[in-house]
Amino acid sequence: MTTVEEAVTQAPVERARIVGRPTSSTGFWSWFTTVDHKKIAIMYGTTAIFFFLVGGVEALLIRIQLASPNNSFLDANQYNQMFTMHGTTMVFLMGMPIAAAFGNYFLPLMVGARDVAFPRLNMLGYWIFLFGGIFLYSSFLLGGAPNGGWVNYAPINSTPMADGFLPGRGPDFWAVGIIMLGIGSVATAVNFIVTALNMRAPGMTLMRMPVFVWMMLVVAFLTLFAMPPVTAALIQVYIDRNFDGNFFNAAMGGEPILYQHLFWIFGHPEVYILILPGMGIVSEILPVFSRKPLFGYAVVVFSGIAIGFLGWGVWAHHMFTSGIGPVAVAAFGLSTMLIAVPTGVKIFNWLGTVWGGAVRLRTPMLFALGFIAQFTIGGLSGVMHAIVPADTQQHDTYFVVAHFHYVLFGGLVFALFGGFYYWWPKIFGRMMNEKLGKVQFWLLVIGFNLTFFPMHFLGLEGQPRRTYTYDEGLQWEGLNQLATLGSFTIALAFLVFLVNAFMSRYSPPAPSDPWDGRTIEWMTPSPPPEYNFAQVPVIEHRDEFWHRKYTEDDEGRLLRLPAGAAVDTEEHEHLEADGHGIHMPSPSYWPFVFALALPILGYGFVFKNWYILAAGVVVGFFGLVAWALEPATAEDEGDDSGAGPGGGHLASAAVEGGARSRPIVDEGVH
Amino acid sequence: MFDRTQRRRWARTAAGVLLAGAALAGCSDSNDQQNSLKPEGPYAQQILDLFTPFFWIGTIIGIGVVVATIYVALRFREKPGEERNPKQTHGNTALEVGWTIVPALILAIMAVPTVATIFDLAEEPENAIEITVTGKQWWWEYEYVDEGIITANELHIPEDRDIALNIQSPPDGVIHSFWIPNLNGKKDAVPGRSEFLKIKADDVGEFLGQCAEYCGLSHANMRTRVFVESEEDYEKWVEEQQASLAAADVPFVEETLATKWACTSCHAFTGVVGAESRTGPNLTHLGDRTTFASGMYDMNLENLTEWVYDAPEQKPAGPLKNWMPSFKDKGMTKEEAEEIAHFLLCDTATDPTVHPDCE
Repeated sequence: MTTVEEAVTQAPVERARIVGRPTSSTGFWSWFTTVDHKKIAIMYGTTAIFFFLVGGVEALLIRIQLASPNNSFLDANQYNQMFTMHGTTMVFLMGMPIAAAFGNYFLPLMVGARDVAFPRLNMLGYWIFLFGGIFLYSSFLLGGAPNGGWVNYAPINSTPMADGFLPGRGPDFWAVGIIMLGIGSVATAVNFIVTALNMRAPGMTLMRMPVFVWMMLVVAFLTLFAMPPVTAALIQVYIDRNFDGNFFNAAMGGEPILYQHLFWIFGHPEVYILILPGMGIVSEILPVFSRKPLFGYAVVVFSGIAIGFLGWGVWAHHMFTSGIGPVAVAAFGLSTMLIAVPTGVKIFNWLGTVWGGAVRLRTPMLFALGFIAQFTIGGLSGVMHAIVPADTQQHDTYFVVAHFHYVLFGGLVFALFGGFYYWWPKIFGRMMNEKLGKVQFWLLVIGFNLTFFPMHFLGLEGQPRRTYTYDEGLQWEGLNQLATLGSFTIALAFLVFLVNAFMSRYSPPAPSDPWDGRTIEWMTPSPPPEYNFAQVPVIEHRDEFWHRKYTEDDEGRLLRLPAGAAVDTEEHEHLEADGHGIHMPSPSYWPFVFALALPILGYGFVFKNWYILAAGVVVGFFGLVAWALEPATAEDEGDDSGAGPGGGHLASAAVEGGARSRPIVDEGVH
Repeated sequence: MFDRTQRRRWARTAAGVLLAGAALAGCSDSNDQQNSLKPEGPYAQQILDLFTPFFWIGTIIGIGVVVATIYVALRFREKPGEERNPKQTHGNTALEVGWTIVPALILAIMAVPTVATIFDLAEEPENAIEITVTGKQWWWEYEYVDEGIITANELHIPEDRDIALNIQSPPDGVIHSFWIPNLNGKKDAVPGRSEFLKIKADDVGEFLGQCAEYCGLSHANMRTRVFVESEEDYEKWVEEQQASLAAADVPFVEETLATKWACTSCHAFTGVVGAESRTGPNLTHLGDRTTFASGMYDMNLENLTEWVYDAPEQKPAGPLKNWMPSFKDKGMTKEEAEEIAHFLLCDTATDPTVHPDCE
């Protein structure tokens, strides 16, 4: 490790350059080459919302087909692609990326950091997401999209294409595409973990971190450990399918159920990866709009951690009917019941937060409250699944579809919309329209419940999942039609959201603290400058910003403090005039280049074309080497603060009075 | 706009409407034949008996939380212009411990009968009729082990008798799941494994089932029927099924079906030498069944003719190997198809008079 003095006195090494480093800070290229977590977050969010729309259209097509028995709006093959891609899109191209969007924007801000630990890796995560999504969807034009269900079970998805169990190369696209997306997820997970653990502002102990940050930390660890088993499973599927492997081929001694174990030991943590960010967002919104602290912060945090741990022990509850035997089935039934406890605790803590507060029913709050009610319903149907013999009737029916949509749509999606309305002013500097927001909320509540509540009954009354049609005489038409009507109401709500989002550019500029917030991101201007904080705040409390605005009297009532809860605008002005910016990591081309290698390799694997594979290897190698040789911060920015081989200006020290940050640890290449 | 009292009334009305709607959805007319909420045998009943109390507890808790959410939102709402100063409670250890322990207790109470029922339903009954159920691409083969019958898609069982099913799938096949909701939960048919499932029906009746594990293009078309009969009717059915194809009918099979169209490369006819394949359904007594194509079509001349003529047109199969080919594409005429259909409908039927199409 170089000491500061050594680094300062060393002359910067001349580096070979093939292309000059990008330098734009505005315009299209600034977005294309950015490593700023805020810009990356906006790109994640916009792309994810686009995929949300696509997945939504797929859902509408499904609902049209199911509105009447023996319908021929979609044929079997089209329908199978629709439900496969709807699930795949919503999980991998919407749910996870929107969490990455919020995490990216707010994790650094909420811990007082200027960016994430590895900014170029961060950008890589985004490009992999975008390319992975494009890769998956290109399959529609290249022989058919994945059509084996979002879980892609073996052996139907692992038998060679020539056997014809499923038309087209869908299973290959799915296997390769998900592995590709997983690489991006793991990159982001690593980034979030290091940022949350290493880059907190001085004084921010773990137990002073906002709940949203805690949840993202747990999610990041879950992602890190969940991706490997599914990657292994999909590699095995690929080998079975393309190279005469027999991992899952019973005829040659393989075991089909192995796939289910490997998939679900990823798949169950995956659903917690999906929901915990939503729980984090709700845990931020409720206190702000109740003017009260979160009820039982420690319990909420530890419940989230407990869910993270216990989530590894329930996977086979997706396999209760697969014949693993009564002992295994009983064990997993019990562990599934157990995990309901920390989940339920949070609900009560959230209600306790609102109780006795000064409640403002603004749009973010409405969505957060909707989350509580609807997630609970979904959680309770989950408990019904834990009653194993009952699950043998519910499994693979619309009862399951109802359950997971209640937790993921009524839960997660509502929380995400709450997050959008809550944080929109901070991100874009404009408020969203409150009236439109309420219209959207009510349309969504009505549409969502109309669509999915009937499905509880359809499932128990015999309608299986993943069926492109159903016969007359089973009396399922009525409830199916209701569900279809509801789905179009959801679509309408979505349109309202999009209108609101676009119209927000015409609303007046938002203040830095429109909601009387509690956490330190509200201390920055709306939107924040590239360096986030002019001076990194020193943290002395949980809800630090709130404690700079208020203190409590003996009865625990609020006392407003005299103006001192500075939004540090003065410092910013001082900085701008001075001309000395705070050193931020420089933009880079190499994440894009390296990411490009992945879809190239992907096509090579799907079509078994060695030339394409070779091209991918070359591009990847080139991108990786160029990246490794490039410092995190360009040296020619008047460098005198001791940048070493890796740069490393992000680690912020609370420097008294000084606007310039100093490097703390300076090792290696980022 | 509305004052607090009016808002509360609104909230209560809305909640009431929602609940009524939910109840309506639940209590609306539902089918009798493929419905887990209408058990017709002891095992499905046992499952419903376990489920029902916890369903109601869950419903009450659910309604409770929804109402509580609406309540806290409205009760503590700050009126416009008002600036209330709420007490900054950080938590309450006693409450938090309480609402951790109470759900845990409820779940513990739930766990006991759950585990008991799991092992109960896994117990293999004595004196059961043993049937091997094989899920194939996209139909069900039923082999009555002791009676020596192989049939397809329609199960006949006597009332009030235990039936022990061995659920299987061919080693080179895919996973299916066998499910008759009125009689029991489902069990997956996994290649290379044999899973046990028992069913039992209280009374005479007819029940429907469907494959419940995605298995490709015609997953939705993989249906089955269970005919529960009196002991005598069942015995009679067994005898009829055990009979080989009538000697007079063998030449048609050998000449037209086997030689000309190679039907017997996939379909078996008991009593015809060389017609033993189990790739497709056993057709010896096809005419005794009420539906075909795994419950997709009613057994009549027109449907059978269309099927023989161009099966892939009637049931989506895609590129699946070993699926019934389109004989139209192989040069079969409609008349030839009808002749074959007529044979299959009338000559394989124990009593052709059940079919109006057989003169």
